[in-house]
Amino acid sequence: MKRQKISAFLLRFAVYLAAFITVGALLFVVGYILVKGVPNLSLKLFEWKYNSENLSLLPALLNTVLITVLSLLIAVPLGVFAAIYLVEYARRGSRLVRVIRMNAETLSGIPSIVYGLFGMLFFVTALKLGFSMLSGALTLSIMILPVILRTSEEALMSVPDSFREGSFGLGAGRLRTVFRVVLPDAIPGILAGVILGVGRIVGETAALIYTAGTASDTVSGIMDSARTLSVHMYALSQEGLYINQTYATAVVLLVIVVCINALSASLAKRFSRKR
Amino acid sequence: MMKQQSLARETAAGRNNQVREGAARILFLAAACVSILAVLLITFFLLVNGVPAIAEIGIFKFLLGTVWKPGNDIYGILPMILGSFCVTAGALVLGVPIGVLTAIFLSRFASKRMVKTIKPAVQLLAGIPSVVYGFFGLVVIVPLLGGRGSMLAASIVLAIMILPTIITVSESSLNAVESSYYEGALALGATHERSVFSIILPAAKSGVTAAVILGVGRAIGEAMAVIMVAGNQPRMPQGLMKGLRTLTTNIVMEMGYSADLHREALIATGVVLFIFILIINFLFSLTKRRKQQ
Repeated sequence: MKRQKISAFLLRFAVYLAAFITVGALLFVVGYILVKGVPNLSLKLFEWKYNSENLSLLPALLNTVLITVLSLLIAVPLGVFAAIYLVEYARRGSRLVRVIRMNAETLSGIPSIVYGLFGMLFFVTALKLGFSMLSGALTLSIMILPVILRTSEEALMSVPDSFREGSFGLGAGRLRTVFRVVLPDAIPGILAGVILGVGRIVGETAALIYTAGTASDTVSGIMDSARTLSVHMYALSQEGLYINQTYATAVVLLVIVVCINALSASLAKRFSRKR
Repeated sequence: MMKQQSLARETAAGRNNQVREGAARILFLAAACVSILAVLLITFFLLVNGVPAIAEIGIFKFLLGTVWKPGNDIYGILPMILGSFCVTAGALVLGVPIGVLTAIFLSRFASKRMVKTIKPAVQLLAGIPSVVYGFFGLVVIVPLLGGRGSMLAASIVLAIMILPTIITVSESSLNAVESSYYEGALALGATHERSVFSIILPAAKSGVTAAVILGVGRAIGEAMAVIMVAGNQPRMPQGLMKGLRTLTTNIVMEMGYSADLHREALIATGVVLFIFILIINFLFSLTKRRKQQ
């Protein structure tokens, strides 16, 4: 009896300790970056042009926005259409569906550096797009495709069949049913996935170094090389001379990513509550 | 006459509709096939650019060679393969117990309010970019461990990074265990702790295994966080406190200035990494299938 009590106590202790470590690790990482970084935030970091005096992160920030938009323009239609096919058109459990799912799963497991290598070999070299925003965006769009596909699929699947039956019953075709009835209902769920994809793009480094390159100015076109905020932060930290500015850049990056994830989570929550 | 006309118009509209439906179907199908195409293209381009180098160097010399000296045209990646294994193993040793126990906490010990605060924290941990983790490791963990990049530093950073994966996947499989199991154990006189650890945890085993495999995939594929804390010396791993280089960092470190066979050897490094990932993916889907049965 006593031994049982002791072992129960030890197990309980281990469980609480682990949870404490997890939360502690998060607070330590975020807190440390904030404490060191916030005092170093200055207007100089947001000047229009980058130079080695001001180490402005604004050009990298603008590049990040541009590359995100570009990647989404490619990945969102592809992902949503693919999900529409899988949910609304294909026979459930058909062989093709299984193969597509398997490939999407494979894609989601591939590390970003392998995407970077592929982007360099295919988009940069074989298609002769060079180190450019376009090469980077194409690489990233393949990378986030599985995220968007999966969340869109889930969102579409959670639309009740009665919606479709009602629409068919009123004489609408499949296409009209999909775009007028099913999609509007699934949009918050899809949006949550898209925003999750945005979070991945903003945080990405390894897939971009050898596709979009590391040029430090704001791009003037999609064929220009450009660094995003994450790549910028990596470059700063590698130089090792600008530790304070790196902290500040980390703060900006962290705040953006946290906001994006919170937005995605709250959308997903609202979507699932509606069900 | 009037009726005929309107009928003709209606069938024309119907045909138009049919064409549109067919076109849309093909468009959606094409989009769905993009993932297949992407996997094929990735495999093809990596193999075409990497395999010739492996053939030229010799597969055994490449995979089992212990020296990487591109300057002397010596390309052995065993140090990097072992390096990847070492940091991943280290990350698992630290991350799996903490992750699984935290999942148990969230699933069976925490009050609703605690879950509500800790879960977003875990999600936040998942969203932090790898450069930020790497930088944190560089300015906090590396100085604590003597100021030089090391295997231990890389393992600690990776352990933090794989925590959210392990926690989320384990927790959902723990939650999925039927409550009758737990109640049965309690009815037989087991304590809450004992019921959780000897009944619920074993029942959720395949989900926890899947979580660990996913964590392995993340750890082995991580590049930017590792490069900032691992020291990156291309030599056989020499101990916890010594620097080492992984497959991923080998690529990032040298791709920028490499040419010819050196460049191809780096792509071949990517091929080896890719094959490891495919094996891990396969194992993952295997455990998932077992779970469904």
